[in-house]
Amino acid sequence: MATTALVAEQLDWENPEQIGLWTDAWRRFRRNRLAVGSLVFIIVLVTAAVTAPLLQRIGLLQDPTAQDVVSNYLGPGAPHHIFGTDELGRDVLAKVIFGSQVSLSIGILVQMIVLVLGGGIGLIAGYYGGWIDNLLMRFTDIMYAFPDLLFVLIIVAALGPTLLNIFVAIGLVSWVGLARLVRGQVLSIKEKEFVEAARAAGSSPLKIILQHLLPNSLGPVIVSLTFGIPAAIFTEAVLDFLGVGIRPPQPTWGVMVFEGYAAADAYPYLVIIPCVALSLTMLAFNFIGDGLRDALDPRMRR
Amino acid sequence: MTEPILSVQDLRTQFFTSRGVVHAVDGVSFHVDPGETVAVVGESGCGKTITALSILRLVPEPGRIVSGKILFKGRNIVEMDADEVRDYRGNDVAMIFQDPMTSLNPVTKVGAQIKEAMTAHARFSPAEAARRVVPLLKRVRVPAAERRISDYPHQFSGGMRQRAMIAMGLANEPSLLIADEPTTALDVTVQAQVIQLLKQLNRELGTAIMLITHNTALVASMCSRVVVMYAGRVVEEGPVDQIFARPEHPYTWSLLRSVPRVDEARKGRLVSIRGMPPDLVRMPPGCKFHPRCLFRVDRCLTDEPELETVGPGQQARCWVKMSTVSEETREAAQASEIAFDVAAEIKKRMRADARP
Repeated sequence: MATTALVAEQLDWENPEQIGLWTDAWRRFRRNRLAVGSLVFIIVLVTAAVTAPLLQRIGLLQDPTAQDVVSNYLGPGAPHHIFGTDELGRDVLAKVIFGSQVSLSIGILVQMIVLVLGGGIGLIAGYYGGWIDNLLMRFTDIMYAFPDLLFVLIIVAALGPTLLNIFVAIGLVSWVGLARLVRGQVLSIKEKEFVEAARAAGSSPLKIILQHLLPNSLGPVIVSLTFGIPAAIFTEAVLDFLGVGIRPPQPTWGVMVFEGYAAADAYPYLVIIPCVALSLTMLAFNFIGDGLRDALDPRMRR
Repeated sequence: MTEPILSVQDLRTQFFTSRGVVHAVDGVSFHVDPGETVAVVGESGCGKTITALSILRLVPEPGRIVSGKILFKGRNIVEMDADEVRDYRGNDVAMIFQDPMTSLNPVTKVGAQIKEAMTAHARFSPAEAARRVVPLLKRVRVPAAERRISDYPHQFSGGMRQRAMIAMGLANEPSLLIADEPTTALDVTVQAQVIQLLKQLNRELGTAIMLITHNTALVASMCSRVVVMYAGRVVEEGPVDQIFARPEHPYTWSLLRSVPRVDEARKGRLVSIRGMPPDLVRMPPGCKFHPRCLFRVDRCLTDEPELETVGPGQQARCWVKMSTVSEETREAAQASEIAFDVAAEIKKRMRADARP
């Protein structure tokens, strides 16, 4: 028994398990319970948001816009309305679930703009350096100095408060941090010998950027994007609350806070429920970001 | 006589820094014949690596090739446009770097990186390139190559990584492989394997190798010709056996005496070359080696010698030449150097003893 175990151990040692980069990162991510719990929460929320129309059709969820003025202001725990109803008798649970569609899609779609804009500008500035770097980074500095919310307000006011415009507006102000991060990464990676080796092998600049610089800076980029999601969600909710974002009756979390705000003294749950939903979602994304940062940091490798 | 595949003529590469112009490569000329193994030796900072990078037109900022010609099969590399240079790199001349630990991209599989070296050029189609990866790794003697291509570099040992680098270098069957201190970062047994491999590949494929090193033992075991560089210029050049037996330049002579040799190690002390290589911004007048030279004459301080033929295929840049120096003078010089070393050591010990 003991000898076979020993032999097995030796074989293990001679033939180390083949661990890829991502398997390794996933392994470390799994150890962070808070992050895993948050991931589960987000997956549940996303599933609910995506299947909301279906849930409504099979009767598990009510119509978030169906008014019933007779049974308005029912508190949480009322029959058929777990989270109660609002001033027009609309089901709050349905509004929260349907509202999450807007928040989640803003949060995630904005990151795509950020990735393309910020990542692109950072890569180009870092790789080419010189006057290109100077030009792009001064432009980035100007964008950075401009107050974000004001800029979003101007764009949304100019283009109209549709979902697409809001998402473009938030995207246009959120890429700055990522551009600086990617530029810094690229500046350090391009000095590495493997980039020089690739150049010596005759690889084109585009290939070097895509094959060597981008994948090597991916870890911090993913973390930054994950932290960007709650920020974008929050900005969108603020816009709704200020009345320049998405307008009622379309349910979003920001709109719900805006509507409940008038009667917040008498019916605090109308403000608390969307706020809790917002906070939990933001917290969950932040925890996931934390977990990813630890998992993707090579210095944490054990 | 065969046409050389690479001919460097009066190459000058300078770095324009805030301190002034650094003359990293200052009028270097040498050639490499097809299938030949040429060593370029010299101290750190004598311009070996910059010469190699110049040949690939990869001189880093703020450096620039100022003048001279680099002819590869008759084409002047210095005058090529960006696209031509890209096609030439890796295809005609490939380079392997000093540190295999950092020369492979840590997030890309080894097989994919070798494939990339081929798909960067039009010579092989992507499918062909993919098929060639395993045979290439086998050729450089990576065991279980089929399985190893899907490994990441961190799963390779140092020697294996250097083999993978060599495989990348050979991927496009270049006619010249520049190896920049390919064994410095490896331990001795692995060094021997890598050198053995390079020798074998040179024999089997006929790839000419330009070996940049400061390891004279390596030169002796592998190369047929040697180019000795000092302060950005060639000071001596010729067949390895001849130069090792009869070095004409005092620098070559000192260099050979500063390396331990197994057969002579116990007989005497090693002699270090006193002083530092010159500042490449403000070079001394005359012969660049004269401040450290044991055999200098007055002329060395004012006039710089030219390379002149001193034997069959051997050239040296020196007014004195070691063959004119008598055995007694050499021994006296060596003794004075040793005395200097010993005196320095005694002083150091006395200072250490004087401390409370």
